[in-house]
Amino acid sequence: MTKAEIVDIIHETLGISKKDIYNVVDAVFTTIKEDILNKNSVKISGFGSFEVKTRGRRIGRNPKTGEEKVIEARTVVSFKPSRILKEEVNA
Amino acid sequence: MNKSELIEKIAESNPHLSKRQVEFIVNGVFNSIKSALESEQKVEIRGFGSFKIRKKERKEARNPKTGEKVVVEPKTVPYFKPSREIKIALLK
Repeated sequence: MTKAEIVDIIHETLGISKKDIYNVVDAVFTTIKEDILNKNSVKISGFGSFEVKTRGRRIGRNPKTGEEKVIEARTVVSFKPSRILKEEVNA
Repeated sequence: MNKSELIEKIAESNPHLSKRQVEFIVNGVFNSIKSALESEQKVEIRGFGSFKIRKKERKEARNPKTGEKVVVEPKTVPYFKPSREIKIALLK
């Protein structure tokens, strides 16, 4: 499924132009992205949360060659699905 | 930020739409992703990331506290992979 398909689904039940719907759908992702890039976490109730976490510097190993390499501290985003979402994909 | 703050922000930059309309669309986005995942479909949003499900097989694990053996039944887990763009931007 893509953004265009999400717009179509919403358009079936809401009588406003596809362009208006597209703008809002697009804003959902760009607004969340902006917050993530500002290192803020975003929580969507009933869906899940996007959490910005820092990972410490560590020594990693190439599993193929066994070579050791330093992995510098970094910031990553992880998605934590809500209980509802977890239950629904298992239903 | 939470969902109501997200709706608030989007409503501000779309003054020609009512807050209820914006709310309906925002909920529609998350509900669409949810139903796609329920039907084991992948959702791909350019520049943002993709949502997928992963199937975990039945496995035997141990309760780390007691050392007791437990059986973990097979399950499906939702999973989000951020776009390259987000991953790279967070490294800076």
